[in-house]
Amino acid sequence: MTERLVIIGNGMAPGRMLEHLLEAAPDRYQVTIFNAEPRVNYDRIMLSPVLSGEKVFEEIVIHGDGWYIKHGITLYKGHRIVAIDRVAKTVTSDHGVTEPYDRLVVATGSVPFIIPVPGTDLPGVLTYRDLDDVNAMLLAAQSRARAVVIGGGLLGLEAAAGLKEQGMDVTVLHVMPTLMERQLDPAAGYLLQKAVEARGIKVMTKANTKAIVGDGKVEGVELADGTIIPATLVVMAVGIRPNASIARDAGIDTNRGIVVDHGMRTSDPDILALGECAEVGGQVYGLVAPLYEMARVAAAHLAGDETACFVHSDTPTKLKVTGIDLYSLGDFADGDDREEIVLRDAAAGIYKRLVLKDNRVIGTVLYGETGDGAWFNDLKKKQTDISEMRDTLIFGQAYQGGSPLDPMAAVAALADDAEICGCNGVCKGKITGSIVAKGLTSLDDVRAHTKASASCGSCTGLVEQLMSLTLGDSYNPTAVQPMCKCTELGHDDVRRLIKAKGLKTIPEVMQELQWKTSCGCAKCRPALNYYLVCDWPDEYADDYQSRFINERVHANIQKDGTYSVVPRMWGGVTSSGELRAIADVVDKFEIPLVKVTGGQRIDMLGIKKEDLPAVWSDLGKAGFVSGHAYAKGLRTVKTCVGSDWCRFGTQDSTGLGIRIEKFMWGSWTPAKLKMAVSGCPRNCAEATCKDIGVICVDSGFEIHFAGAAGLDIKGTEVLGLVKSEDEALEVIVALTQMYREQGRYLERIYKWAKRVGIAEIRRQILDDAGKRKAYYERFVFSQKFAQVDPWSERVSGKDKHEFRPMASVGYAEAAE
Amino acid sequence: MSEMDWIAIGTIADIPLRGARCVNTPQGKIGVFRTAEDQVFAIEDHCPHKGGPLSQGIVHGAAVTCPLHNWVFSLETGKALGADEGAVRTIPLKVEDGRLFIALELRASKAA
Repeated sequence: MTERLVIIGNGMAPGRMLEHLLEAAPDRYQVTIFNAEPRVNYDRIMLSPVLSGEKVFEEIVIHGDGWYIKHGITLYKGHRIVAIDRVAKTVTSDHGVTEPYDRLVVATGSVPFIIPVPGTDLPGVLTYRDLDDVNAMLLAAQSRARAVVIGGGLLGLEAAAGLKEQGMDVTVLHVMPTLMERQLDPAAGYLLQKAVEARGIKVMTKANTKAIVGDGKVEGVELADGTIIPATLVVMAVGIRPNASIARDAGIDTNRGIVVDHGMRTSDPDILALGECAEVGGQVYGLVAPLYEMARVAAAHLAGDETACFVHSDTPTKLKVTGIDLYSLGDFADGDDREEIVLRDAAAGIYKRLVLKDNRVIGTVLYGETGDGAWFNDLKKKQTDISEMRDTLIFGQAYQGGSPLDPMAAVAALADDAEICGCNGVCKGKITGSIVAKGLTSLDDVRAHTKASASCGSCTGLVEQLMSLTLGDSYNPTAVQPMCKCTELGHDDVRRLIKAKGLKTIPEVMQELQWKTSCGCAKCRPALNYYLVCDWPDEYADDYQSRFINERVHANIQKDGTYSVVPRMWGGVTSSGELRAIADVVDKFEIPLVKVTGGQRIDMLGIKKEDLPAVWSDLGKAGFVSGHAYAKGLRTVKTCVGSDWCRFGTQDSTGLGIRIEKFMWGSWTPAKLKMAVSGCPRNCAEATCKDIGVICVDSGFEIHFAGAAGLDIKGTEVLGLVKSEDEALEVIVALTQMYREQGRYLERIYKWAKRVGIAEIRRQILDDAGKRKAYYERFVFSQKFAQVDPWSERVSGKDKHEFRPMASVGYAEAAE
Repeated sequence: MSEMDWIAIGTIADIPLRGARCVNTPQGKIGVFRTAEDQVFAIEDHCPHKGGPLSQGIVHGAAVTCPLHNWVFSLETGKALGADEGAVRTIPLKVEDGRLFIALELRASKAA
């Protein structure tokens, strides 16, 4: 005879428990669930993406209605249990349904903590717990008015980010001096605060709420110092409390939560409790991993396995706000018996701290770059003695050992349960297993089937290495190809290490990364020079001898050793004065060929190297600057005549092109960067095969990128539509900066985009205003040092040895 | 002429570290190279492949990469390194108190 199992609550923990139970003992119980929420089981962790608009409710459902029907489970939606009668063994709902049970599971979860101040009952004060709260916030956000979030913890910050995405003006109040103080040390808390503020969210720490004020509805929050912050929406996210009242009323032992043993059994042998309402070993839990562990144990007991036992483990904390990477685990307080290793990189916004005790990792805080979290977690779990690798520990797993390790070895050594993709919670075993089971051969396949590296993409290198390990020679990932014969490290690793180790000169890079040659080669030196120019624009002194001849003499070498010179013609526009000056220069220096380029400007070919400074001097007097036609940098911005002249033009494409070129000239990029702006979709400037292109339309500016019309031919991808020229410029600049920071030297933007993923680029540049702004600002900062006309510098005498022979010898003797 | 005829061409400081300058002669240009370790070499400034000016290449170790098609030459031997085959003429060079001298075969060839 089947037993009657009744479950109070329908959250993620009992949902997972049922999955286990149906697998272990499918026919043992007749299951009835009472859910106070009028809906099915959904992924509560994903409420933040629903709030920010990245997902809709249907996408976060775990068990749809069909699942309950299929398994013969009765689900009472919107029924809150008001009484448990342990003698009669029944439960009764607020709608008057009474259900008998043989075994009862209490999974009532938690309730938000409401701070005890006046005004919390005003309309407009919400908590952040379930879908109803999210829907109420979304409704309130339509006003685009001001919101105050009380609580600067995980939940509060996610709520704030979501409300900001919805267009509200958001202030976060936090009573402690730094954000997320329970998970982060003050340094990481500070970085987090800066990142949150960069998104336009105001943060007030040490803010003690005195009252919520308003007449009939919320009008503001009053702080202890008397400050009043106006608000039409107040979200209370200061913490949660186990919801144990129903059990307490029924006479079951409770403390903070419902007290259970390590088998999830309450003081009543027929009643189990699990989830956020349960207290096991004196602890209550709020993160999903331990709750799922409870589900596993409870299911085993219900299925008859009395030996299953809950094991406590520290769970890492991660913030689910796109673009903010943080990871914290274990104990990171200071102490006399503890040591710490700290790595900071202010420019890159990276902070890493390991707390050691007796040469063992006991806690870690990672901010900005969290890829090694799983490894540190593993070291902590296994209590590994780290004294041997102490010097390099902080740089992470890939850099252990005396010589630059084969990066594959580190990945090969990872345990199957090591997490590779933090965003999607995909572990190594899942990836390698799927590759084998499903016969996956491409990165896209692996992304599609496992979701690994499908979100932020930062683990792409690791995923590719796993593919190499699993597929052997049949997969040849670019990620592990060394830069050149001077090193085993790939471009991405070198770039990451330059930032992580704060390397600021080429000799330093070669020393620290153990270059195999004394001063590199013609492949790695220009690459390193670019990476250093890009990463440390204010500090790095450009290494002239590590540039190709064209970038050294600011002209293009030709097959006969002469040079060609292309002055900038902003947006392809010129004038009689400019043309006259060019004509004079051509005559004066007997320049053999004058040619119009594909980028709408004029090329003078066949100039002797010695003549270059004099040519530039004459061109400079007419107002010309270098066109950088030789540079791995910004080249041309082609335009059409646009709305000023063309009867089809929708916007001032010429003006926008000139504006972009004037803003961006002088910047170095991984490979050449060519742009175009077309005034209408007829696209006379051919913007749809450029590195970055703009197609003007009536409603604004369509931003295109990742086109190619060289070795490869490829139409652009559409990044998105923006309404104003200002926005177009900001998006283009941010996109360029992202490419500058991530591209491998000589990798054109379309290849980079393919590697990183169009969706990810769109997410960072279009969807994430904070990230976009940050990229934009880094580009602007770097331009302060880059926008110097190299021609006028050389006319003034810079590098003059370059343009003269050292000596002329033999002639006098020969004449004798 | 059995003895070398040394011709002064300038000082070591005239050449940038990991760089090169060229010297004009009636037989064509000579590239004079200075390595990171302050060694100085002189070779014919003319790549045997397509005539590229080697003095404009990137200097690394005791080698230079041609700016036109990336052939790499040893500055010591003048021989192409790697898969390419070919060589450039090396020119005798001496350093005295930082002053550089090269020896041209000019007289010898004229006398012949």
